[in-house]
Amino acid sequence: MLLTEKQIDFMGVRKIAGIGSIILVIVSILSLAFNSLEFGLDFTSGTSVRLSYSEAVVVQDVNQTLRDNGYEDAVVVTFGSDRDIRILLPVDETVAVGEQAAQAVIVGESIAELLQSSSGSEISLLGSDYVSAKVGGELVESGGIGMLVALAIIMVYIAMRFQFKFSVGAVVALAHDLIITLGIFSLFRIEFNLNTLAALLAIIGYSLNDTIVVSDRIRENFRRLRTGTPLEMVNISLNQTLSRTLITSLTTLLVLFSILFIGGESTQGFAVALIIGVVIGTYSSIYIASNVILYMNVTREDLMLPVKEGAELDDIP
Amino acid sequence: MLNKYPAWKNILILIVVILGFLYSLPNLYPDDPALQISHELTELSQGDMPVITSALEAAEVYFFGEEIDTESIRIRLNNLDDQLRAKTAIEDALGESYIVALNLAPTTPGWLQSIGAGKMNLGLDLQGGVHFLMEVDMDAAIIRRMEDNLSNVRTILREQRIRSRGLNLISNSHLEVRFANAEDRSQARSELVTNFPDLQMQNREAEGVFILDMRMTPATALQIQTDTLQANRTTLLNRVDTLGVSEPTVQQQGSDRIVVELPGMQDPAQAIRILQRIATLEIHLESELGASSLSYETYDYEGIPVNVDNNVVLQGDRISNAVYQLDQNSQPSVVLSLDAQGGNQMNRATRDNVGRRMDILLIETKSRTITSINEDGEEIEDIEFYEEKELIMHATIQQALGRQFSITGLTPREASDLAPLIRSGSLAAPMTIVEQSVIGPSMGQENLDQGLLGVQVAAGLVVLFMFFYYRTFGMAANAALIMNILMIVAVMSSIIPATLTLPGIVGIVLTVGMAVDANVLIFTRIREELSEGAPAQKAIDAGYNRAFSTIIDANLTTFLVAAVLYTIGTGPVRGFAITLMIGIITSMFTAIVGTRAIVNLIYGGKSGKTLSIGSYRMMAKQDDLNIAAGK
Repeated sequence: MLLTEKQIDFMGVRKIAGIGSIILVIVSILSLAFNSLEFGLDFTSGTSVRLSYSEAVVVQDVNQTLRDNGYEDAVVVTFGSDRDIRILLPVDETVAVGEQAAQAVIVGESIAELLQSSSGSEISLLGSDYVSAKVGGELVESGGIGMLVALAIIMVYIAMRFQFKFSVGAVVALAHDLIITLGIFSLFRIEFNLNTLAALLAIIGYSLNDTIVVSDRIRENFRRLRTGTPLEMVNISLNQTLSRTLITSLTTLLVLFSILFIGGESTQGFAVALIIGVVIGTYSSIYIASNVILYMNVTREDLMLPVKEGAELDDIP
Repeated sequence: MLNKYPAWKNILILIVVILGFLYSLPNLYPDDPALQISHELTELSQGDMPVITSALEAAEVYFFGEEIDTESIRIRLNNLDDQLRAKTAIEDALGESYIVALNLAPTTPGWLQSIGAGKMNLGLDLQGGVHFLMEVDMDAAIIRRMEDNLSNVRTILREQRIRSRGLNLISNSHLEVRFANAEDRSQARSELVTNFPDLQMQNREAEGVFILDMRMTPATALQIQTDTLQANRTTLLNRVDTLGVSEPTVQQQGSDRIVVELPGMQDPAQAIRILQRIATLEIHLESELGASSLSYETYDYEGIPVNVDNNVVLQGDRISNAVYQLDQNSQPSVVLSLDAQGGNQMNRATRDNVGRRMDILLIETKSRTITSINEDGEEIEDIEFYEEKELIMHATIQQALGRQFSITGLTPREASDLAPLIRSGSLAAPMTIVEQSVIGPSMGQENLDQGLLGVQVAAGLVVLFMFFYYRTFGMAANAALIMNILMIVAVMSSIIPATLTLPGIVGIVLTVGMAVDANVLIFTRIREELSEGAPAQKAIDAGYNRAFSTIIDANLTTFLVAAVLYTIGTGPVRGFAITLMIGIITSMFTAIVGTRAIVNLIYGGKSGKTLSIGSYRMMAKQDDLNIAAGK
């Protein structure tokens, strides 16, 4: 089989991989601390108006028109194609809170009319969103809590099914994936919205899937093979699962790239987040989770079943 | 015999596949644009359908498939354009008291409907519409209850002829009654304790005054919150009904929020006007001459100042109906009907006050932002509600009033505006829109088309890859994959009435990518067995068996994550989580049991056959160990 022609000494470079990951995590944390995240409307507040032009639109012109007509704080970005734009406006503090939602609708309609008359292009209002200052902040909180709860539950499950050292390995790998993905979002100023949050939570699921498969093999080999050091065990297991790891990453990436290129603007952020997550998740399931397990001095005794002779048949349902 | 499923197992799988196919079938039948016509208050009459028919004939709109019952009429139209034209024509012909709602009528054949098969609900992001998140002002609800209590305490003390030195609202859950001596207080307390079981009472002395503190218990406050949210939800449902939206959602979210979703709604401004209009009535008496200036407030009534007593005779929530009518002098009026308790209250208040004037206040609640600094020195924004009160009626009580009476002296316009406003129910507490999303119909269609195309392309690529990499076994996995998508659609259409959203589509696509993972695990195991020299039949069996626990572990943990997402998430996160959970369950079935059945049918029970599972290399186990150990 093509992908396992040779045994690769994955753990031989474990120190380098470990140091590389630590650097990446530190860079990510620094970027998050100083550069923050480019939060989308869902997390901040304001009004967003989506417009579709009948022909290609020049963002500078739109900006100019808006400036000239009293929308100084408007931010214009294209999305999907060069004919669709999104205009972001901060909350108008002079309007009573109860009327802000109604105001957002009026602003959307008047901007559409304004741009139509100034550009001469046919413009349709695709939609608009309004998020009040109060709701935005709560999302960050509930999203963060969700992630912590998910991590805690996973840790308990793996500790029960495998062993505590494996659950530390899995959770370290997950935290590694999440921090670096967020770091990339922060470094490259990619918008972080509700869809991206969902993607981040999906990354937990995906990365975990990979880590579990590898851990499962490590456990099996410890129980099955009588000789070999923990390092050898891990290396054999990684080699045995390598083709599966790569194939699954490949099919998932095939799917994600089709969403990225075909699925439309609304799902792009989601696809980008997951693509980053899958790549990092694949790397971490090989280099991070196993690395941590070795670092914690996993031994054959950790994985032996109480009744010895059942060990080999254990996995057969 | 090795690798043969018993007949019952094959039949069972076949049944599941057929059910999956049947229950996902309705999604292939597009809906007809339709109109649903009903009357605001009463049942429809025999004469309504002919009016509709002639109105549509005059407007040259073709319609078909009319369904008529006493509650509503539904007609089908050829396209969305006709639907809008027909709506206008029918509204003009029938008049304002009818509701004409845009609607979609299913075209699913009867035999499919009879087995309970239906279509998937599409989320707002896929069909367009308006989404609101509304926050209820709970403090206002609690204060209102305390004001009610205050007014009742006053009445009881007066009826029992116990002298007090004043009643004050200290906070939104605390009121005090002041007495000149301890005897009055203990007499009052024993009287009040039976009437207000949900208030805690406590004696206190200050500056020679004997005070009775009455506090609302936390349990009562919680109960008020629950009731208020429920009452507001009901009111919103009534209001939404007048908007003419086919399948509105009005759902509680958290402890103080309500989500309103109006699919297909084209005019968000109108929706906001109707939903946010927060108005209630309060009925008071005019203040008596010489009363303390603290006991009344002065309002302007047609240019004349009027002193209105602070005691509320009746709150707006006792009003059960309000109808616009012309009275015997052909003057516009609004006839109010009260519930039983309201009728009693009204009667008690008016029978002793014939000749005195009664005042009706219209109270509209509005909101504004206030910025304050919290203990961490951060600026926090909060929403503050304030009330605007308007005196809309100032009339002499001619006789003791009961459960029905009318408001007169209004202009026709005022009367016709006021009636539906009161009828749609006054909100138990004010609400404000904290989040809003308007998705135009073209945007929704685009999202749907692109999303579906994404699923097709993704599935196509995965199918191709699996075929080239795993050959016959790959085709078994592909059959399972298609079966899996059918089952997800079937489950979402019929068993769990989940709403398909854009993140949901992404969830399905992701399941497509990850569902083959189970098969990849099994097939790599089979290849391993073969490369270690195992015979074909044993390799298949061992491959499935040994991959099983790995698949369970991997899927179960992912399922746990999805469950956490579903519990804590809202909106898109939830939509994604639900499809992921359904996908995990169905994919385990199709990828393990489904592919095994196919593989068994092809290879099962035959000896010495080579497997078409892509290329693999024969290898010796000991070598692996040596290389890995660097020997």
